[in-house]
Amino acid sequence: MSELLRASDLGLIGCHVCRLVCRDVKTPDAVCPRCGCALHKRKSASYTRTWALLIAAFVFYLPANVLPIMRTVSLGDVDDNTILSGIIELWRKGSPDLAVIVFTASIVVPVLKFFALSLLLISSQRGSQWAQRQRSRLYRLVEFIGYWSMLDVFVVALLTALVQFGFFSQVEPLPGVVFFGLTVVITMLASMTFDPRLIWDGRESDD
Amino acid sequence: MTDDKNIADDLPEPVVQRPRVNASLVWLVPVIAALVGLSLVIHAWYDAGPTINISFQSAEGLDPGKTPVKYKSVIIGKVNTVRLSDDRTHVVAKVALEKSAKGFATADSRFWVVRPRIGLGGVSGIDTLLSGAFIGADAGQSQEPKEDFVGLETPPTVTHGAPGRTFDLHTDDLGSLDIGSPVYYRRIQVGRVSSYHLNKDGKGVTLQIFIDAPNDQFVTTSSRFWNASGVDVSLGADGLKVNTQSLATVLAGGLAFQDPPGPHDATPAQENDAFTLFNDQATAMAPPDGEPRYIRMRFNQSLRGLAVGAPVEFLGVPFGRVVSINLDYDEKTQTFPTIVGAVVYPARLGKAHDKLVAIAKSQGDDEQMSAMMGKLVDRGLRAQARTGNLLTGQLYIAMDFLPKATKVDFDGRTKPLEIPTAPGDFDKIQQQIADIVNKIQKVPFDSIGNNLDQSLAELHKTLQQVNGSVLPELKNTLQGAQKTLGNADSALSPDSQLQQNLGGTLQELQRAARSLRVMTDYLGAHPDALLRGRRADDKLAPMPPSPAPVEPSQGSKP
Repeated sequence: MSELLRASDLGLIGCHVCRLVCRDVKTPDAVCPRCGCALHKRKSASYTRTWALLIAAFVFYLPANVLPIMRTVSLGDVDDNTILSGIIELWRKGSPDLAVIVFTASIVVPVLKFFALSLLLISSQRGSQWAQRQRSRLYRLVEFIGYWSMLDVFVVALLTALVQFGFFSQVEPLPGVVFFGLTVVITMLASMTFDPRLIWDGRESDD
Repeated sequence: MTDDKNIADDLPEPVVQRPRVNASLVWLVPVIAALVGLSLVIHAWYDAGPTINISFQSAEGLDPGKTPVKYKSVIIGKVNTVRLSDDRTHVVAKVALEKSAKGFATADSRFWVVRPRIGLGGVSGIDTLLSGAFIGADAGQSQEPKEDFVGLETPPTVTHGAPGRTFDLHTDDLGSLDIGSPVYYRRIQVGRVSSYHLNKDGKGVTLQIFIDAPNDQFVTTSSRFWNASGVDVSLGADGLKVNTQSLATVLAGGLAFQDPPGPHDATPAQENDAFTLFNDQATAMAPPDGEPRYIRMRFNQSLRGLAVGAPVEFLGVPFGRVVSINLDYDEKTQTFPTIVGAVVYPARLGKAHDKLVAIAKSQGDDEQMSAMMGKLVDRGLRAQARTGNLLTGQLYIAMDFLPKATKVDFDGRTKPLEIPTAPGDFDKIQQQIADIVNKIQKVPFDSIGNNLDQSLAELHKTLQQVNGSVLPELKNTLQGAQKTLGNADSALSPDSQLQQNLGGTLQELQRAARSLRVMTDYLGAHPDALLRGRRADDKLAPMPPSPAPVEPSQGSKP
């Protein structure tokens, strides 16, 4: 299979915003002459930013799991729950289906995202040619599931707003949910800053 | 390839601008995240207080990870785990205290489980019905750190630092008091019993009470404490009196205190001062007992009705009580005297005692005042068992001066002091009655009865004779008498001969009397007629035909 030319091979560069194709002047500070947007061959500092955001998200993920996210008060009985203890409680109290959903959204998806992005970053930085197509599919999956992991935050927000019966029943958010929300947002940003084209850039080193 | 380059040449050229922000600034994001995480860790580490282990009898109501530890309703920690002790006799709760509650991990802190409790004294911990139990805490003053605590099974009644004072009360037995029993001052609850324990020698109980400020100032050095439990019923000259502190004390027991009436030392008592707890208000308010003395009395009579606890009175003042009654055997007289032991409080005699002691001291008497007692015995001091209640026959011991008492040898140096006795008044009466009965017994009722019987038999015989012979004679006599009476009766009847004769005789007599009067009247008027006789012209008053229609006017006219 003959090599496909890349834009950089032709000395071209496309604007991210207005899609104007310009000549590549090989300076880092070039700006699109039409819309004034900065021009990059790839998303600028994609590896650095993604890594930084991914690490930040992971750091936030620890307190999100350790700290309680929700306090339920019913008839004076105060109950603080972390994500895991909430799942366990749901399972024990006879809602295994709900427990599975929450577990998937709050534990499986974030962890999956950490692994997927790390895998993509490492493999791309190494210029690996292994399973490039699957890796790009993985990237699309990460992009897609990103916002679904906000489920926990939504649940807490909804319950807090709805369940306010004073002494009888009350739900309060606790700091854990903030960290969890930050984790989800930052992982989404991380997946956005990752340039999927980097997956395919590794081809160059091969030949 | 050249075509491609041409394409590129035709394309517009990018504008070069000033350098943009360095992309590596994005690392600030994880750094900030790390800082936040680190701050959380530091915060948690900084906030973490000591971890302590508290053992309880049961883990009822203890929820690992949830049950809080509270002091004055502020959460100062949380139960992390609850496990059985190694020997399975109790449970151990591991409690993570907060940093601010570091002072609770010291030697004299106390912990207990607050559960809903319903007792006679009241209801507590109702809020825990819904919220679940929590561990109550009370910090001590010790600085010595400690990790393992033994939890109390009941909440302490007094918390450290509560304003007020603690006092000790000594009593013979606990009665119906318990930890938490109220202490009343003028029927207002001012404190409670905080603890009690047996004295080390086992002779008595020491109670610790706590009086809340500001009422603790009313406890003075001369305050009297008494057990206000139950109902105090007294029957006095002014009627039946029922005295209680409150309904709660009737059921659950309680204490009361008050200053004695009259002048007394009113300086507030110091913390941990000791007092005596009396059984009732009357005893509490009585003058102080002073040192008890043991005395002994030997009675040569039955003391039925004398019970342990009976009062001992001196000239009517109760100053002690009987503590023992024992029989003895006297070989010489072969009798069974009763030995009565009594505890007396001479100080209860007030001034009399004070003066006697002073005199005895001035005369150099010994501690037991044997010489003084000897004098008193010489003057007739005797112990008597007297009847206090005629209905029940209850006896009490009375010490009185009996001038007619027989002299006795008295040794005041014996221990315990033996007071000579005299038979009681009632015994004297009994003795006299017995004498009378003896005398009555000496009367020969048997022979009297026999004689009487014989006499009666004679009488019977006589009566029989009377019946057989005298009565018929009597009957005849009576018949004769009846006949005579009949005769007399007939003689006296108006139509009888005798009666008629008598009537005639009487008429004649009447006529004679009248003519006599006429004659005297005539003679009165004509006394000369005695000599000359009657003149011819004189007319005599006409004679009435019958004596009945005599007219008095005719007789008086002339």
